[in-house]
Amino acid sequence: MRKATWLAPTLYILFLMLPIYWLVNMSFKTTNEILNVFTLWPQNFTLENYEKIFTDSTWYNGYFNSLAYVLLNTAISVTAALPAAYAFSRYRFLGDKHLFFWLLTNRMAPPAVFALPFFQLYSAVNLFDTHIAVALAHTLFNIPLAVWILEGFMSGVPKELDETAYVDGYPFWRFFLRIFMPTIAAGIGVAAFFCFMFSWVELLLAKTLTAVVAKPIAATMTRTASTSGYELGLLAAAGTLTIVPGAFVIYFVRNYIAKGFALGRV
Amino acid sequence: MATKTYNPKAWLFVLPVVILVAFNALIPLMTVVNYSVQETFGDNVFFWEGVGWFEQVLHSERFHASLLRQLSFTGIILAIEVPLGVAIALTMPRRGPWVSVCLVFMAMPLLIPWNVVGATWNIFALPDIGLLGRGINAMGIDYNFTQQPLAAWFTTILMDVWHWTSLVVLLAYAGLRSIPDAYYQAAKIDGASGWAVFRHIQLPKMKRVLTIAILLRFMDSFMIYTEPFVLTGGGPGNTTTFLSIDLVKIALGQFDLGPAAAMSLIYFMIVLLLSWIFYTLMMRNEDQ
Repeated sequence: MRKATWLAPTLYILFLMLPIYWLVNMSFKTTNEILNVFTLWPQNFTLENYEKIFTDSTWYNGYFNSLAYVLLNTAISVTAALPAAYAFSRYRFLGDKHLFFWLLTNRMAPPAVFALPFFQLYSAVNLFDTHIAVALAHTLFNIPLAVWILEGFMSGVPKELDETAYVDGYPFWRFFLRIFMPTIAAGIGVAAFFCFMFSWVELLLAKTLTAVVAKPIAATMTRTASTSGYELGLLAAAGTLTIVPGAFVIYFVRNYIAKGFALGRV
Repeated sequence: MATKTYNPKAWLFVLPVVILVAFNALIPLMTVVNYSVQETFGDNVFFWEGVGWFEQVLHSERFHASLLRQLSFTGIILAIEVPLGVAIALTMPRRGPWVSVCLVFMAMPLLIPWNVVGATWNIFALPDIGLLGRGINAMGIDYNFTQQPLAAWFTTILMDVWHWTSLVVLLAYAGLRSIPDAYYQAAKIDGASGWAVFRHIQLPKMKRVLTIAILLRFMDSFMIYTEPFVLTGGGPGNTTTFLSIDLVKIALGQFDLGPAAAMSLIYFMIVLLLSWIFYTLMMRNEDQ
């Protein structure tokens, strides 16, 4: 039994890769081939779907828009969450436990509940259809998560570190930036990874808060599907390209990923 | 565990987070509360309605039906994903170059935008052009998820298993990696069976991370919207119309703001209540 243990992970990964293979396969086919013949790999290999995406500004701007608000959101969420997580991991203060739970409840708020009020709120403050609007809206669920992850990592650092630094005469901010942050660098990386992930995959709010200027790539895809009939090859190529940034990010954090998913609480 | 010191100034550290989240959470929530107690005939003229909408939603068969579908869906995917995820984590290599390979491949579905997940499964499962659809039909089973409710459920659940089981795997795996080798050696000397190792060494170490996994999977599956919406559009008929899909239909499709707002609040309360129960149980475990 011991020897066959590689079988289960292999089968599982195969199951995960099949739909992705099918998507990539379709992205290299012409629409004609997709609809008329059933082939396991492209018979008339074509790059025209990708060509269209890289030359048409409504398509490639979608990628820049998505990346812009995702990176903006990651920066805001992690920066705001750092001091808060430190406070939760080191101090007791009035209402600390309730505050922590209230933050977490926002991770539980269904985006569908907030879609319409968000539209009205961001229209009212003249931020509708900007990158910053989506970045701010996504902090609703990313800040609680970042605080949760960072608090876990920070609680793993012994308090003696802080105390020694104070005895040595470090002012708080220098201690925090020079000593404490490098100590929990892995935690910051993991928190950033999660913020990137959840902001990148969310569509409902991103779509509700944008129209033209800041429209995310995923919304461009839905528009194409509904207006110009089914250009399946083009859709598959666009879908394939949305997988690429995620794959890149995973590759960079692969050594921390297991610990990160446990939110530092193992 | 070191005891924390009391420091009221810690509030200053928390302030940026509180302001940002309050702006995003409280103002929209107030808007929803506002709508939920009023009636409008357009032109921004509102009339006081009281708790009428809440009563209407709580007694409507449509809401009961979507809630039941939602609970069944969440129950089924938890029952599949948690044991499956643990089983795969147990068989994963513990060290060596294959660890990274497994982790990178397994994490991939987690970083695909949700509508792309739906679109991918749509073209993968379509009976005429999809690999899965063709495959099942070739085995002599009549399968068309756009027309058969059972097939639609099967496809939606399979999609969710594909999308999220890795999260459970990665969490469980993180728990397993924290077990020192000495534990396994001791178990071997004692002649413990595979089941005994699992029950008394591996499961207790995974308990905390598994609670997180169940909590996250519960919350996210309860709010699921984009993937089934793209895959089935809530159909055929209403058979895969989960709570969020139904809510968006009422709010943005029919623009019935009052009932939609009341339904939003009831929906949010259900998630909150169930999550609070999980959270309390989790914290109790950590205190022990």
